[in-house]
Amino acid sequence: MILESVVSSGDTGFAAILSNAAALVVVIPLIGGAVAAILGRGRLAWAWAVLCVLASFILSIVMLSVVLDGGTIAYEMGNWAAPLGIAYKVDSLNALIISLVSGMALLALLFGLPTVEQEIESKKQAMFFGIFLVCVAGLIGISITNDAFNVFVFLEVSSISTYVLVAMGASKNRQALTASYNYLILGTIGATFFVIGVGLLYMVTGTLNMADISLRLVGMGDDRVVRAAFSFIVIGLGLKTAMFPLHTWLPNAYAFSPSIIGMFLASTATKVALYLLIRFLFSVFHTGSSFEAAMFDFVLAPVAVTAMIVCSVQASFQPDVRRLLAYSSIAQIGYMLLGVSMGTAAGLSAALLHLFNHALMKGALFMAIGLAGLGLGVLRISEMRGMGKTMPLTAAGLTVAGLSLMGVPLTAGFVSKYYLVIAALERGWWWAVVAIVVSSVLAIFYVGRMIEAMYLHEPAKHADGSIMKVKTPIMSLVALYVLVLANIWFFFDPSLPLGLADTAAQNLIGGGGS
Amino acid sequence: MNWTPELGLILLLALPAIGCAGILIAKNAPNVRDLINLTMGTALLVNVIALVNVVGDGARPSLMLADIGGGLSLQFTLEPLGALFAVLASGLFLLNTLYGIGYMRGNKAKDQTRFFAFFAVAIAATMGVAAAGNMLTLFVFYEILTLSTFPLVAHNGDAKAKRGGRIYLGILMATSIGLLLPAVIATQVFAGSTEFVAGGLFAGTLGAGIIGVLLVMYTFGIAKAALIPVHMWLPNAMVAPTPVSAFLHAVAVVKAGVFTMVKIVVYLFGMDVVRDSPVAHWLAVLAAITIVVGSLIAMTKDNLKARLAWSTIGQLSYITLGAMIATPLALMGAALQIVMHAFGKITLFMCAGAVYSANHTTEISKMKGMGKTMPLVFIAFFIGSLSIIGLPPFAGVWPKLLLFMGMTSEGDRWLILALIISSLLNIFYLLPVSVNAFMKKPELPVDDGDIKAAKPPVLTVLPPVLTAIATLVLFFMAIPIMDYLRPVFEGGS
Repeated sequence: MILESVVSSGDTGFAAILSNAAALVVVIPLIGGAVAAILGRGRLAWAWAVLCVLASFILSIVMLSVVLDGGTIAYEMGNWAAPLGIAYKVDSLNALIISLVSGMALLALLFGLPTVEQEIESKKQAMFFGIFLVCVAGLIGISITNDAFNVFVFLEVSSISTYVLVAMGASKNRQALTASYNYLILGTIGATFFVIGVGLLYMVTGTLNMADISLRLVGMGDDRVVRAAFSFIVIGLGLKTAMFPLHTWLPNAYAFSPSIIGMFLASTATKVALYLLIRFLFSVFHTGSSFEAAMFDFVLAPVAVTAMIVCSVQASFQPDVRRLLAYSSIAQIGYMLLGVSMGTAAGLSAALLHLFNHALMKGALFMAIGLAGLGLGVLRISEMRGMGKTMPLTAAGLTVAGLSLMGVPLTAGFVSKYYLVIAALERGWWWAVVAIVVSSVLAIFYVGRMIEAMYLHEPAKHADGSIMKVKTPIMSLVALYVLVLANIWFFFDPSLPLGLADTAAQNLIGGGGS
Repeated sequence: MNWTPELGLILLLALPAIGCAGILIAKNAPNVRDLINLTMGTALLVNVIALVNVVGDGARPSLMLADIGGGLSLQFTLEPLGALFAVLASGLFLLNTLYGIGYMRGNKAKDQTRFFAFFAVAIAATMGVAAAGNMLTLFVFYEILTLSTFPLVAHNGDAKAKRGGRIYLGILMATSIGLLLPAVIATQVFAGSTEFVAGGLFAGTLGAGIIGVLLVMYTFGIAKAALIPVHMWLPNAMVAPTPVSAFLHAVAVVKAGVFTMVKIVVYLFGMDVVRDSPVAHWLAVLAAITIVVGSLIAMTKDNLKARLAWSTIGQLSYITLGAMIATPLALMGAALQIVMHAFGKITLFMCAGAVYSANHTTEISKMKGMGKTMPLVFIAFFIGSLSIIGLPPFAGVWPKLLLFMGMTSEGDRWLILALIISSLLNIFYLLPVSVNAFMKKPELPVDDGDIKAAKPPVLTVLPPVLTAIATLVLFFMAIPIMDYLRPVFEGGS
């Protein structure tokens, strides 16, 4: 593995920042989190959080542009050389994930201020933004590090902060506490499985650097310990990814958490876990082994297809909007796992593309529902009645994102489903195409329920019979429409995510990760 | 800036967009709003006629809207079939707008601005369907057409309208996402493109089995063509205000469906491929069954609009039948039926709406004797009926004649029986409406005479009279239209 530093180190301060971008992108929100917590006042902490996340976002965009120019970024913490020290690496696979996490965090903050002020007690708000920043740092850390144990550390950083953030929904609904508790138990089991897997790998290879592990695993594909490590890691990350049937923690965690957290988690947390799964499957382990191939064909693919269908059906019958979206998310994760399980470059590329697009659509959907909750107290589909009249802009945004979820042309959702179908046909998996079609038809149904409620039912009215108009905070609306327009933009020009996904898939499958 | 065919293609979408914006801006000044609407309709028609002339001279103006990569693109290419559909839709749209203004004002309908704004979006989508250069583009505009007409169908907003709207959207979306879109993607995968080319994409490359599966997916995926069993949205869409029904049945929606049907047979599959496919044979039988069943059910309906809706289901399958028989003559007949049926059916619907505007009658049994108070309406209805039945000297005779001739050269001669039975049934369910209006005495008591004497608004009478006259004119124009379309059907076979 050639680790090449493209960002040249210079004397000027700016160049110094750039050369340390890989570290700063994690460190800024991490330290910023501690600062935010002591700022005391909600709005001040919010402004500080925006500043930190913005800095992180700019740095990730800088790194993304380096990767787009064909480079990779390698960074050694404290100048301890890998494999002994902790190495960070940014390549075509994680550059987009890092930008996605920091970008979504930024949009979540811009969107979420009014919802936080409504949902969280004022004395807890500064703490809330602090923990949010720590969570962002954890997620970026998972994505950027190239050290297996460091992954575990960041996994725990993000998970523990997520448990707290979900539980903060308790001031709105006490069920958030049980949801968070469930998530904590299952999340901890998942992390434990993962760390056991990493331990086994360390036992066999004597190293924790992921590139190094991969090198030493060559030819050990049939070793029993390696197989055990593989299984532990897949199950552990499967729990974090909400892979069917390990998804039971997810619907309640999304539904009862504060709006901003539901939106942020839906568009990033499971995505990062899935990224990590892909990283381990293709870049640490070797896809060539018969054991792994059997896992793909007989475990991952059936599980993926089952999720796509079963959870879409479940979504169709949820009265609670956010649970509906959550079940839809599990089904959509099924799409991504399906692409991964094909084990081909085309499949992996489609999965990565869908990962990106799904973050855009689910982010927009959760934002719109958050705004509906803010303005109308919407929790259930029946309460969305007449939103087309009371909140026309929010309703329109929700509709576009919903169409993207169905995979209608003119939206990004179509592009990723199209590439997924092509990849499935290339692999000769006709049944997968049928599953994609069935799941898409089910999506018409559950998205249709929301659209029907918004446009076909009479809105709430004032006593004098006039329609209740709801004012939507302008900044939240802007954040929503950034995502909505992105859903349309990436139909017409999917070259950015598609190019990166293609390159990443080629690197992972073509080079076998070695 | 001088008009060029490429600009003309842009204007197909731009004019309705400008019109839509104007309608929304002028929402507080109904007169200005309706004037903008009519101006837009006129400009669109003029633009389309210019395009039709260009295409008639042998040009095929083309325009890339968006290149998405991966072999996918959104693209316009206008050919004679699309040009004909475009001029039909934009011409009838103008008349229908005139009628709609009269109808909505006459009935003091609510939310008129929203109503006409969605109409503008829908006509833009129809233009997109007509000018689409590949199947993906056509699909996109097909879906926009579904979505933009949905608020029109459910416009009245009561429980019945919502139920009708839900079924309308449900069936059309489920079939198009579940069958049509996969078929489009499969086409892209198998043929490497979805572009419409003379002679088709599949000739000699795909096995009969896959061709058959694709044909089934397309035929039922295009639910707008209302072949049994995907026809149920049509009778349910009858809850819409009459101008919408006219738009659905004559101007755009069902016509977009059967237009797509003809288009895929000619430009994706290729006529020869369809002719040789055993599946096409069974689809032709299904179309024949739809023709007869549609007519039979129409006979049982007393609600005039419901009767017309079932009649449309039957009449549309003439086109599907012609497409599945796939001889050049049969397809020519199918293409003519798109035009001729449109004029006949829009006349009938507008008359039904005029009667409703005058005295809120919807049941045929209550229309006895009304010919005396509104003779023009029922004369127009009579002429429209004759055209649908297929009697000379009215336009409807030509497609039936061509279909007869196109089918005699093929194996399935007995399917001609369906056409004959259907024509007889047409006589039974259409003619009594106008005949009884003139010949029978009113049944209602005399003190209701006040309502009886109510006259429909002028704007709801003039358009059907014009379209009725047009069916007569079109009878004589059939030969030039056939000449215009000849390159389509002779190029490919």
